[in-house]
Amino acid sequence: MRIIVTDVLVIGGGLAGLRMGIGAKRRGHDVVILSLVPPKRSHSAAAQGGMQASLGNVIKGQGDNEDVHFEDTVRGSDWGADQRVVRMFVNTAPKAVRELAAWGVPWSRVQKGDRDVIINGAKTTITERDEAHGLVAQRDFGGTKKWRTCYVSDSTGHAMLNAVSDQAIAHAIPVHERMEALALIHDAGRCHGAIVRNLVSGELVAYVAKATAVASGGAGRLYRATTNAVICEGTGIAIALETGVATIGNMEAIQFHPTTIFPAGILVTEGCRGDGGLLRDVDGKRFMPDYEPEKKELASRDVVSRRMEEHIQSGKGVKSRFGEHLWLDITLLGAAHIDRNLREVKDICRYFLGIDPIKDWIPVRPSQHYTMGGIRTNHTGESPMLKGLFAAGEAACWDMHGFNRLGGNSVAETVVGGMIVGEFIGDFCDRPENNVQLSTALIGEFLQREQAKIDTFIDGGGKEEANAIRGEMQDLMTAKVGIFRKGEDLAAAVEGLQALLRRSRNIGLRYRARGANPELVAAYRVQKMLKLALCVAYGALTRTESRGAHFRQDFPRRNDEQWLKRTLATWPHADDTLPTLAWEPLDVMQMELPPGWRGYGTKDYVDHPATAVRVAEVAAIREKGGEARRATLQEQLMPFQDLLPERFRGPNERIDEPLSLRVQSTATATARQR
Amino acid sequence: MSDRTVIPLRQATAAGQHRQLSIRVLRYNPQEPGSVPHMQAYDLEEADGMTLFIALNEIREKQDASLQFDFVCRAGICGSCAMVIDGRPGLACRTLTQNLGTVITLAPLPVFELIGDLSVDTGKWMRAMSEHLQGWLHMKQEELDLSRLEERMEPELADKIYELDRCIECGCCVAGCGTARMREDFVGAVGLNRIARFRIDPRDTRTDDDFYELIGDDQGVFGCMSLLACHDVCPKDLPLATQIAFMRRKMAGVGLK
Repeated sequence: MRIIVTDVLVIGGGLAGLRMGIGAKRRGHDVVILSLVPPKRSHSAAAQGGMQASLGNVIKGQGDNEDVHFEDTVRGSDWGADQRVVRMFVNTAPKAVRELAAWGVPWSRVQKGDRDVIINGAKTTITERDEAHGLVAQRDFGGTKKWRTCYVSDSTGHAMLNAVSDQAIAHAIPVHERMEALALIHDAGRCHGAIVRNLVSGELVAYVAKATAVASGGAGRLYRATTNAVICEGTGIAIALETGVATIGNMEAIQFHPTTIFPAGILVTEGCRGDGGLLRDVDGKRFMPDYEPEKKELASRDVVSRRMEEHIQSGKGVKSRFGEHLWLDITLLGAAHIDRNLREVKDICRYFLGIDPIKDWIPVRPSQHYTMGGIRTNHTGESPMLKGLFAAGEAACWDMHGFNRLGGNSVAETVVGGMIVGEFIGDFCDRPENNVQLSTALIGEFLQREQAKIDTFIDGGGKEEANAIRGEMQDLMTAKVGIFRKGEDLAAAVEGLQALLRRSRNIGLRYRARGANPELVAAYRVQKMLKLALCVAYGALTRTESRGAHFRQDFPRRNDEQWLKRTLATWPHADDTLPTLAWEPLDVMQMELPPGWRGYGTKDYVDHPATAVRVAEVAAIREKGGEARRATLQEQLMPFQDLLPERFRGPNERIDEPLSLRVQSTATATARQR
Repeated sequence: MSDRTVIPLRQATAAGQHRQLSIRVLRYNPQEPGSVPHMQAYDLEEADGMTLFIALNEIREKQDASLQFDFVCRAGICGSCAMVIDGRPGLACRTLTQNLGTVITLAPLPVFELIGDLSVDTGKWMRAMSEHLQGWLHMKQEELDLSRLEERMEPELADKIYELDRCIECGCCVAGCGTARMREDFVGAVGLNRIARFRIDPRDTRTDDDFYELIGDDQGVFGCMSLLACHDVCPKDLPLATQIAFMRRKMAGVGLK
């Protein structure tokens, strides 16, 4: 039995995992990162359009700050987010952009003077300020009041991943590539590391650590049509679920991105619409203003995706041999803009569709894009149930996205979550009581259990085929647990998935090698994926309301009275065929922004009984606060600075908010006096 | 420049008119005792818009569960799936079969350690190269005041750095490189481009003298024989020929000082 001991084991080598690893390493702890693929190939690289941070450098971002970013994010989440975590996030996001700038990310910069942009379908000239020249630029994105999305052309995630991965190498952090965590080692509510399979040799290795951090991304591959990379199978979330102890939050909250090329499902960035691109139907008509007069193409993703599907159902889709789609028109942006700021989009169109978006419209239809749910953590990124288990990024339900994530907030969460959770992991490892104290017998037990599962696939004589089961699962999820959901479909999906899960326990292999064996990998992963799929479908069936991306045709209203709560799933017994669900209420009386209308989408919802009380309370505080600085006022509404690691507390400088003027009465000053 | 002529997606093909493809794969699994390198052909029917990603997955699901290859993003941005396609290194995921003949020959990238069939260990090679070249931005100070405005940069300079930062480390340039076939320790166009990228970045504190220590030898820029296949096969159209020529001139200057 091979055992590798380290202080911090990070599962996943994308932006969140690398940044957590760097944070912990800087605090003096040994870190090992496991990755299915070389880190620069992680799905983080696929983030195109940008990262939200309220720098407010461009003229259309003037007046932006943490408060505006906070409100946009909470509205986007349809009030499903943990507002304290959103506050921690928006306060750290500008710091993250600035850190990445220092690490070498070639952020697109502001050019002073006039420039032509497309706003609401028309060419407009805007003038960038002299004092903004050379600072990081922002573009417009959906669901935001200000231009806030910092970007590197349309390859933002790639450039960020280059810089962060380089820093991990600079910090001499080993990344064990082509290594897959199969199970978490745990006992008595404490996580001790993971049993890991070498994907080349097939060897099982035990990694033992004080802190184990999952940053394995989302679960897009539960669906047939998804923008996600082929490695985004959610298995990092599933190994937490399989502990039977850790809770998985809000798995039914699945985002569908409006513009993915049809039929391949490859993403074209929201930046296309942010920069002025339009959605058109079979008649060439721009249809979004009819549905969403306020935000048009730039409503939140859940709303735009639903409107697109609605429009197709009304007979306005473009018919093709693969099915129906709509058009994304960026021709009005012009060749110069596309060649500079949307060149990956141009490449994708060229290689996968054989078209040139400078003159051709792009066929698009919504596809699965993002997993809002994940391993439930508290604000430190640690599982409240399993001590020593941390999670960050898409794999986590930290919960800053609630039921719908805003574009540009995911790649931002990877680094911000990584920064914050990395510090808390440092704190955790600093405490002597968290040293590893573990018997090798326990490690052996977990290792043998995983070995036995693999042996059963290879020698058990099972008759089911892994790939067939996986295909059926993806079809079920796409057909019945998609953008529009209803009770009977969801019940059928749950039943179908349970049947598949039972069948998956009888998988046998055609190719029985113990080393590199893609069929064996598909076999053990599909069992895990089915459990997650059941969390999604069963959670969706149980939640009899519509909130954010979770839309029930039979319960179309958001119902705060009954459903202002987070779904928590556990899987207590290995032979269960359904997750055990519980619900964690969100406390309206603690909210800085009490529930209301999002500013787009339907205005019809059922209020929580406490909402009116809290609205009045917030109004009174605001009135009494009068001209007080916004940080002081914010502190009275919902204090959060104390929750942040000390190095990330405090205000962010902007052109319009020079730091020196703010020292007196900021939340930081208050926080530090305590 | 780098890829074959791109033909627009064919207009609707009537049923039954799809071509029969024969995909020949160079197979060898070093992990399996008794395995020897050999060509294996798989026949399948072409589909509309079929890429090598779709074709290889279909082969693995329906014909041969043991076939090894690597795909991650399947959108041409992560660099995982580089292989030798009809004799030329390229990204398999964005290669449409309709742009190839009916017999397609696939082989793993040379130079890199073979994992099995079409899968090679580019990750290990890139990490070693990166460590050797200290391929990260060397900052003025480690501790930053993150609450302050970021340092300014001219927009054109940021665009220029991004141009070189677009490398996806797919390994095509190394696989197409004459020197890399002869010198195991050659850093390749990917490595030289890396240094060129940090060299123009004012945030990096290193000077030409420092860079000379890293690439001023046959393992670095003087190992290049100017065959420049790297430039021809780069799927991201990076300006590798000009960058290498420029770096050689600069480094020769330092060497002659």
